[in-house]
Amino acid sequence: MAKKPPEVNTGSMADISFLLLTFFLLTSSIDTDLGLSRKLPPMPEDIPPPPIKERNVFVVLVNAYDMLLIEGRPGDINTLRRDAKNFFLNPGNDPKLSEKKLEEIPLIGPYEKSKGIISLQNDRGTSYEMYIKVQNELAAAVNEMRDELSMKKFGVKFADLKDEAQSKAIQKAIPVAISEAEPKDIGGTK
Amino acid sequence: MSRFRKNDKKETPGINTGSMSDIIFMFLFFFMVITTIREATLFVKIVAPSATEVQKLERKNLVSYIYIGAPMNKATYGTEPRIQLNDQFATVSDIAEFIEKERAARNEADKQFLTTSLKVDKEVKMGLVTDIKQELRKVGAFKINYSTKKGSVVDKK
Repeated sequence: MAKKPPEVNTGSMADISFLLLTFFLLTSSIDTDLGLSRKLPPMPEDIPPPPIKERNVFVVLVNAYDMLLIEGRPGDINTLRRDAKNFFLNPGNDPKLSEKKLEEIPLIGPYEKSKGIISLQNDRGTSYEMYIKVQNELAAAVNEMRDELSMKKFGVKFADLKDEAQSKAIQKAIPVAISEAEPKDIGGTK
Repeated sequence: MSRFRKNDKKETPGINTGSMSDIIFMFLFFFMVITTIREATLFVKIVAPSATEVQKLERKNLVSYIYIGAPMNKATYGTEPRIQLNDQFATVSDIAEFIEKERAARNEADKQFLTTSLKVDKEVKMGLVTDIKQELRKVGAFKINYSTKKGSVVDKK
């Protein structure tokens, strides 16, 4: 009988793979990038902006002490979402809230589209956390309105719409209209 | 007598460690799949604010990062929030050049999809962020992403 060849020692292979594992653990990070995507407007040109009626503008001001002024009244971040939705939907046709115009939208049919836009202005001393909170609440208001309309018309949430034409229609009915004012120094810094 | 002592010389059989490396390799692959390589070593402390309406940042190779926060090394750099581009501190005036470099590194078709991700600490004042946004507008980098964590922003009642 022939002699068995000696076995290769594989004990250190585990050590090598441990080394690799540690290397990857150190050089990589698990965090996935999440965030609020926005599009900045181009630099202003000398053309005056189209006139907008005052009732169609939902003014949100944030001062250096992170306090809110919503439509001329001191506001609260907890009610901002409700206020914004109420402003756009204007269920009671309040003359102080946004105007609505009956419009024919493909796949949805006649829809009372709001003419309102949100104007957001913050101070240089506003904290970034507060700014994100406000942006988030305003985005949430738009998303909620889109979800509601989508549920009513297509039976699924806006984010779950498979058909691109359907999401286009919803986006047309409820556009994101957040305008950020040109930066200026109001209220001083803290 | 000797019949009972026979086994004394025999050692306990060694544990087979051959499959251990397979298990570790499985770990390794798992980590390689779920993680991403870190883009830069952070010199600034960043605690991202939380938001609920977050979107995932698609196409990571088309994202350039701007970090803003208080320096970690307080003794050398102070506590005033600083901007970090790639691996060094920068000022607001460096941003235009940084964006140009980032654009030059991408191919022509992808340039329009270039997104700037702002990773900002929640304590930072908006003044600095606004300056950076103005600078980005000047060079035409309009697509931005405010990096946040997922979480509730309003007080729970």
